[in-house]
Order: sequence, then C-alpha cells, then structure tokens
Amino acid sequence: MSRVLVGVKRVIDYAVKIRVKPDHSGVVTDGVKHSMNPFCEIAVEEAVKLKEKKFIKEVVAVSCGPTQVTETIRTALAMGCDRGIHVEVSGKDYEAMGPLQISKIFAALAKKEEASLVILGKQAIDDDCNQTGQMTAALLDWPQGTFASEVTIDGEKVKVVREIDGGLETIKISMPAVLTADLRLNTPRYATLPNIMKAKKKKIANMKPADLGVDEPPTRLAGVKVETVDDLVAKLKANGTI
Amino acid sequence: MLLGKVSLTPALCTALRISPAFSGIQKQIGAAATQNARLYASSQAAEAVLDKQAVGTTTATKAATAKKAQSVESQSFAVNMFKGQINPSQVFPFPSVMNEEQTQFLQELVPPVSKFFEEVNDPAKNDSLEKVEDSTMESLKEMGAFGLQVPQDLGGVGLTNTQYARLVEIVGQHDLGVGITLGAHQSIGFKGILLVGSPAQKEKYLPKLATASGSDAASIKTLATLSPCGKHYILNGGKIWISNGGLAEIFTVFAKMPMMDEKTGQMKDKITAFIVERSFGGVTHGPPEKKMGIKASNTAEVYFENVPVPIENVLGEVGGGFKVAMAILNNGRFGMAAALSGTMKGVITQAVDHAANRVQFGSKIHTYGAIQEKLARMTMLQYVTESMAYMISGNMDSGSKDYHIEAAISKIFASEAAWEVTDECIQVMGGMGFMKGSGVERVMRDLRIFRIFEGTNDILRLFVALNGFQDAGKHLKSLQKALKNPLGNAGLLAGEITKRAKRTAGLSTGLTLQGSVHPELSHSGNLAVKAIEHFGVTVEDMLLKYGKNILHEQFVLKRVADSAIDLYAMVVVLSRASRSLSQGHASAQHEKILCETWCIEAYDRIMKNVKDLKSSSTTQVFKNMKAISAAVVENGGIVAPHPLGF
Repeated sequence: MSRVLVGVKRVIDYAVKIRVKPDHSGVVTDGVKHSMNPFCEIAVEEAVKLKEKKFIKEVVAVSCGPTQVTETIRTALAMGCDRGIHVEVSGKDYEAMGPLQISKIFAALAKKEEASLVILGKQAIDDDCNQTGQMTAALLDWPQGTFASEVTIDGEKVKVVREIDGGLETIKISMPAVLTADLRLNTPRYATLPNIMKAKKKKIANMKPADLGVDEPPTRLAGVKVETVDDLVAKLKANGTI
Repeated sequence: MLLGKVSLTPALCTALRISPAFSGIQKQIGAAATQNARLYASSQAAEAVLDKQAVGTTTATKAATAKKAQSVESQSFAVNMFKGQINPSQVFPFPSVMNEEQTQFLQELVPPVSKFFEEVNDPAKNDSLEKVEDSTMESLKEMGAFGLQVPQDLGGVGLTNTQYARLVEIVGQHDLGVGITLGAHQSIGFKGILLVGSPAQKEKYLPKLATASGSDAASIKTLATLSPCGKHYILNGGKIWISNGGLAEIFTVFAKMPMMDEKTGQMKDKITAFIVERSFGGVTHGPPEKKMGIKASNTAEVYFENVPVPIENVLGEVGGGFKVAMAILNNGRFGMAAALSGTMKGVITQAVDHAANRVQFGSKIHTYGAIQEKLARMTMLQYVTESMAYMISGNMDSGSKDYHIEAAISKIFASEAAWEVTDECIQVMGGMGFMKGSGVERVMRDLRIFRIFEGTNDILRLFVALNGFQDAGKHLKSLQKALKNPLGNAGLLAGEITKRAKRTAGLSTGLTLQGSVHPELSHSGNLAVKAIEHFGVTVEDMLLKYGKNILHEQFVLKRVADSAIDLYAMVVVLSRASRSLSQGHASAQHEKILCETWCIEAYDRIMKNVKDLKSSSTTQVFKNMKAISAAVVENGGIVAPHPLGF
C-alpha cells in the first residue's frame, strides 16, 4: 500500500457573493477570492490521516487548471501532502473542461503513479457535477466508494460507510479504488504557519494533458432551441441519435 | 490619572508599558535634569536643545560634534518637513518592498490566519472569560503566531516587517485582546533579544519564545547591583501593569544601576536591560487586573526579589538600556497602525452593512447626508492609517533606521482614528451598536488603551514636536554660526536669504512635489507643499521666540505635533493614491477622491494651527487655561459655586 492520489479543485470561495458578468457569459472570477473546494479539503484530510496512521506512504495532491491552481496545491501540501502535480490547462480549454476530461486525466495519473487509492471530493461547489469520482472509477474499472462518511482500511480491502438517500450504507471494496468524500467524513485541519513554510520545499511537478495521452477537451458546440416536441424528435432522428 | 510625584522614578518605561499618565511631566523634566536620570523622549529633546548628546535620530551626532552643522542628511520626511524642506526619498513612490517569493509566501499565509480568526477564535468568549481560551491559545502556538518575526532557523516564521504588518492586520480586525497578547510577547517582550541580543542569547531564548513561553518588558522601579562574586546581578523591585505578567516565563527587564560617569567622575544612575527567567527564582506576580477592555490579555504586577541574573543575560551594553528600550519601542510601533487599520476595516464593514439595509423615514439610511459624511470620514481615516502602516513597514524593510518620528505619528494617528471610527460605527448602527451582540462595543472598550499605552499620545506628541525642533534647531544653530563668518559661508547664507525673501513676498520658494505626485493630484500636492512651507516657517518662529524654553510650552508643542501629523498624513495618501493612479487600479479614482478630500481638510487644520500659533489671542487662551487648571487643582475640584447656590 503505497500511494494515494488526491484531487483538489480551486473554486470561488464559498463565502463570496457570486456576481454574473455584465455580458452574461459567466460569473465574475477576476479579483474574486478563491480557495480549495471544501469537499476536496475533506479528501486531503482523509488522505493525510491515512498516512499518519501508516496505512499509506505517500500522498500526492493533483490539480488541473491554470497557474493559479498551484496555490491550491500548496495548501494541500501545507496540510500534509508530500508532493503535488499541476496539470496545466488554461484559457478557453479550462473553461470548456468538465468532469469527463478531468477523470481521464486522473485515470491516466492513477495508473502512472501506481496509486492504491484515488480520493476526491464528492462534488465541486461551483458546478455541483458529482461526476468526476464515478467517471474516474469507470475509466479505470476500479471499485468506487462514493459519499463516504467513514473510511477504514482492512487489509487489502476498504470499508466505506456511505451517506445515501435512505440513510447509511456500508460496503467493502477491494483496492485499488476510488473514494469520494462527503461532509461528515472528517474536519479538515488548519494549515499552520510552520507547515506552510515546510510546504514551500515540497515539489510540484508540471505537466500537460497531452503528456498523459489525454486529448484537449472538445470545444463545446452550441445547442439549438426548437419550438415543439415533434421538432425535437425530428432533429434527434436527423443526427442519428435515435 | 494624576500621579503622586513620589517615588516613581522617571518614567522611562512608562513608554514601555501602560504608563501612569504624565500629568506631572514638567515637574518631572525639571526633576529629571537635577536627578540626572533620563526621561523618555522629552528629556532627550530637552538635552538636545541644550546641546547635549542626542539619542533620537541616527543622524544625530555625538555631543561634541553636535555643534557642527549637520553633516549627515536625514532621509526621514518628517525630520525634513520641520525644516520646511522636502525629502521625498522615503515617501515617494509608495514603497513596494517584497520580492516575488515574499509576496507569494505572504499570500499563502493570509487565508489560514484569516480562517482561524473567523472560525476558531471567539472574541466574545475571550472577553467574558477575561482570558484567551486555552484551546485557542494552543492553536495559536501551533500555528506559529508567537514567533512571527523570529528567524526561521531559530524556529520562527521569519517574517519581514511588511509581512508581519499584514498578518497583524488580520488579528486586529478580529480580536484586539489576542492581538495584545501576541504583540506584547513579540513586539515588546522579546524584541530586545531579536534586535540587540548576542548570538548566544538569540540561540538560547528565541526558539523557546517562538513557540510562546510568554514574555514582557518590566522596568525602572527595579534596581540592579552586581553580586560580590561578580557573576550575577541581583534584581530588586517591580512594575505594575505588565501584559502577560501572569503568564510570562521570560522577561526583558530594565533596571537602574549606579555607574561611574567617565565625563563627570560622578556616580550616575544608568539603565541596563536584562533577560530574566522566572526560573531564576524571586520572580512573583500579582492577580490579573480587571480592565475596561482587552480583557483577554493578562495584565499583572510583577515583583523581583533578590533575583539572581547571570551577567551573560545583559542585553546590549551595560548602562545602554535606554537605547535598547527606544529601539524596541520604535521597532514595534508600526504593528499598532497595521492592527488598527484592520480593526477599522472590520467595523466599517459592519457600519456599511447596517447603513445599506436599515430603512428609516422611508429610505435606506445611507442615502442621508449625515450618514454619508460619517461613512466617508471613517473610510478616509482607515485609508490614511493603512497607508501609514505600510509606508513605515516598507521603509523599515528597505533598511531605513530613521523612522521614529513617523512611527510615533502613526501610533498617535492610528489609535485616535480607530477610536473615532468605532465610535461613529456605533452611532451609525444606533441601538444595535450599543448591544453586546454586535460586538462593536467590545471593540470600543478594547481600543481605549491604545491611546494610553506604548507611550501616551500626549507624550508622543511632545516627542514628535521636540524631535522635530531638535533638528530644526540644529539647522538654525548652524545658520547662526554661518552668520559669524558670512564670507566663508556666502553660498549657504545667500540661499537662505533668498528663500526667506521669497517667503515674505509670498512667492513660492521652489519647493515642489512635481514629479513625485501623479499629475491628477497636483492640486493636492500643491496644498501639501504650501503647508510644509508654512509649517517650516512656524517651527522656526517658535524656536526663535522661545529658544530652549520651547520644552515647556506644551500648548505650542501639541499644535505643532498635530500639524506634523496632518502633514505626514497628507503626504502618505498622496503617495499611495499616486501609485494607484500610475498603476491604473480599478479603485484609483475612488482613492483620488479620498486623497483630495483628506488633503483639503488637513490643509485647513494645519493653516489654522499655524495661524493660532502666531495669534496673541491664542496665547491669551493658553494663559487662561493654565489659570483655570491651577484653580481647580488648588480647589481639589470645580471652583465655581453651584448655580443654585448650594
């Protein structure tokens, strides 16, 4: 049991009042306070805890995005991760990126780094997709323990207590596996100033999606509005979807 | 707070801690001169004006050479403005002293510290418990908050002054009680070791102190004598009102020692600084004092009874304690302005939030002029304070040693501005402001001490004025000397004569801030220049009128100091707003308005002070006030009989 990959996403801070851009093309991000997605913080905390309990040897923090995401990786390092990987994606590509591309990147990295676990937050607070963890597991064909509120390593297996609509469900899955963290999994620690200083010495590797064999995300095509359901059916038949 | 003129030996260290206020200062200055003891600031300037050795500025030369014209030009803006001159090197452009690594590091530190104070620290709890919650204290220690400026290789965070200011701002915004606990520890308690400690002392104590074993400064009623074996000093005495007094393990103690004065051959009491550990034995403390504010901070009397202090624990030179004290105080002052600018930011946010939502008489109250004026004034005061804090920390980080007048100005300004801003915030919030729940009343109570400790604002005003006079006086003296040999000093004299002729004729003497100030602010820049010219003339006039006795003219000194503060404030905002305009910040136009408005009002205040100092009716007012004060003192209270006759 050696390595855990933790994904961290840089999002607009939860306390900020979101404002829509005047041209309605999106949300104002310039000059707005950003921080690590709260569920990613919980994921990092869990990974660091596992390392402190000596179940794993190394925690690697990964983030995809422009240069600013290195701040988020550094926070993860200050919380106790050993090293970081910054997968560089910027500008239009970054805006077009979604869970599918991210999970392809994570899947490639998990294989490359020979990770035993990939721990992610259950969803990001900006897009609330709740897809990346599941897609990553599918691409890798690994078992998944999502909405985890309790994680216990038991030999070669992981016991996961999941928060589901009906209550709690306990499953046992073999490693390697993908887990996604839910709110009550743990309370993330505060990065102390000495730890932030130590984190400066930890390494962050730089790479591009292409290096991992992942294509650039396709540019998102515009949609079309139709007037009636019949029109919709006709269009779907025309482009071969049905 | 009237002090019995009894045994409290010259309150050198009133400056160091909450001072029993200085209402007897004139008597004490006289006493000081005869007792040969050194009084903080006032006697410094007094002695300087009397042509003795000056300690204040680093450009001040030793006693013997003080008679020569000042050979080393001070780079301090404040020092020069007293001479009616402009030295822009430390104020324009607004300092930007952090390199990329330092900036990035600081950016990483701000969020966790903010988060901690927003989510973990509970200021209301700390206030009602009258101590910092234990769990919070532990977390602060782990976080490294107690050793922010200790070098990294000794276990601290190794922050520069600017970085420290930025973090202290966050603390100030949330909890001043914690701020004082931290500040008393590192800005005062062990700063001495940081500044003048020997390598051995630093290595021995700094790592411990960085993880917070508590420290503070105590002084002056304490006597030190060398033990017979010559290996120890024995300390006896005590001091009231020591922050962290009940908690500290390590103290910086200033004690008097009789020493042989080489010049006069007489025994003189000199002050020496010591590092004293509670574990040396004989150190006790009293119960925590009950205070109006900063209740979370522990304040107690500390007593020293035959405490043996190894001679290796002398801090700095034997007999050089005064210098150590001055260095510590000057060095820590900028922290206050930074913290208070954070406090103001916090209360302004609350006031604005209230004003933007509260409806009265059918409209949101922020639409009313009365509220608008309050919010605007609060904003300007915060802007000036913040600008001062970071200008000074920037100057210090650039290696300047000549900032003590500016630091004193920033302390006076910040403490009074914060009080005014918080008071107005409560007013804007109305009844809500008065209620414990909103937290502003606690901030108000916490703030009151800031005008008192670390040198009361009254003393600091004297310090600013007298220090300024000292340099201006030297300049005048050098002119007087030059006049004795006019041919040999033709150039210098010609310049001065021309300058004065122009002034009398109302022409500009060529002083300008053009090139430093952004063109859009040139009008305000001109106001500043005019103010400096008038100020310089006034300073000279006062010196010529009163000579050495200026020392005793506290009514005059206060007005001179107020003008100096306003002037420095004008220049500081001109610098900051100019930078914003040059850099094309989104907020540049807003800052321009802040700057212009401030300058207009400050100019008016300075001009009024200048006018008052020349007017005979004001002199009469001073005389009257003296008489009123004498009468009530003699009567032990109000003199005029009750209007009802009984």
